[in-house]
Amino acid sequence: MTAIDLLSDITNSLPALAAGMVTSLKITAIAVVFGIVWGAILAVMRLSSFKPFALFAQGYVMLLRSIPLIMVLLWFFLMVPQLIQNLFGVSPRTDIRLVSAMVAFSLFEAAYYSEIIRAGIQAVSRGQLSAANALGMPYLMAMRLIVLPQALRATVPALLTQGIVLFQDTSLVYVIGLADFFRSAKNIADRDGNTVEMILFAGSVYLVISLLASAGVQFLQRGGRYVKVG
Amino acid sequence: MFKNYSWDWGVFLQPVSTGEPTNYLGWLLAGLYNTVVLALSASLIAFAVGVVMGVLRTTPNRWLAALGTTYVGIFRNIPVIVQLFAWYFVLPELLPDNVGTWFKQLPASTQMMTSAVLCLGLYMGARVCELIRSGIETLPKGQRSAALALGLTLPQAYRYVLLPVAFRVAIPPLTSEMINVFKNSAVASTIGLLELSAQAQQLVDYTAHPYESFAVATAVYILINVIVVLIMRQVEVSVRLPGYIGGK
Repeated sequence: MTAIDLLSDITNSLPALAAGMVTSLKITAIAVVFGIVWGAILAVMRLSSFKPFALFAQGYVMLLRSIPLIMVLLWFFLMVPQLIQNLFGVSPRTDIRLVSAMVAFSLFEAAYYSEIIRAGIQAVSRGQLSAANALGMPYLMAMRLIVLPQALRATVPALLTQGIVLFQDTSLVYVIGLADFFRSAKNIADRDGNTVEMILFAGSVYLVISLLASAGVQFLQRGGRYVKVG
Repeated sequence: MFKNYSWDWGVFLQPVSTGEPTNYLGWLLAGLYNTVVLALSASLIAFAVGVVMGVLRTTPNRWLAALGTTYVGIFRNIPVIVQLFAWYFVLPELLPDNVGTWFKQLPASTQMMTSAVLCLGLYMGARVCELIRSGIETLPKGQRSAALALGLTLPQAYRYVLLPVAFRVAIPPLTSEMINVFKNSAVASTIGLLELSAQAQQLVDYTAHPYESFAVATAVYILINVIVVLIMRQVEVSVRLPGYIGGK
């Protein structure tokens, strides 16, 4: 196979590959947003002086961090259709794979995000919380308005780096048969018999995107200007 | 949500329906064996490669450092499943014909295991490299200078002065990577290697008891986790240096 053949193969499959990439990016975006929100809640719970909250958050993080992502995906692909049926009383008509993957990644990544955010909260000076309390703010308000904005701002590079890891991990939806970018590339390879070329092509695409994103994060870090959050 | 689901934990003791002389628990144990073999072999490669690359990245030679940086850049920025497919499906095609043919004539399970060990070993190697590098970089600069001023060669300075402390600094993060090797080994199920998570999926097809099957596999992964943490904690305690926080 010559380079020209490969190029025409890829151009012919471009719509399928692009659709796959959109799926990969959709899962990434959803999981980053919900993962950070749920992760921040978990981090605050973990640091709360109310024992049951702290224990729940600790158990949640420990559990999800000790299971392979593939097992988590399989679990949710098993449970999400059941849940939808029970909650809404309808059998799932839409493709359940995408929803399962989004739920699984959001809940799984939250465990990792919560550890990053917890470190960020702990790095905020204790005086900030005391001052907020002295001004009459209740605990949750002080967390939301004073501590979390500082903690999140300080952890933006780490959160973004985790997002790049997450983007790469979305390729594991292969196990539930969801046509993300990698699965689409593999499907085309199986159809056209150009496995070698398509796998190398898929690898290069991930490599370029991840390297560019990493460079972007480093640029943010060096500039010393953090993205405004909240 | 389980109102229509009939639980049956005895399913693991039923003989398998393929006629093999084992039960479903036996399948899971066979999967666990493959997971352990894969993870331990891969972690040996990861450690060896990680140390070499981590040292290269901290040497004064710019080319050697660039070699280490490139290695990390490539292996950390391609998803592990894509790397695995490259080892398993692509590499045998690119090898010289006689080597490729030889590889493809090996038993299928040997092919899968070899590809998975190489893939995970080199993938995790890039992460170990970063830990060793930061372990070396956290040492005071004076350590290297003093070693060299005493007449040690650069390799000797690494061997006797820098690495012994860097290894110890890296033990806690290496523990997480050790756990990660076991977790990442589940990706080998995608090329058909019957490790723990693959056996759990196979059990779903054969027994129609997905919840029990996944629950047991998940519990085993958690157990592995706990064992790794306990062993590494033991290692950490036994190699502590006097004069460091938590030291003897």
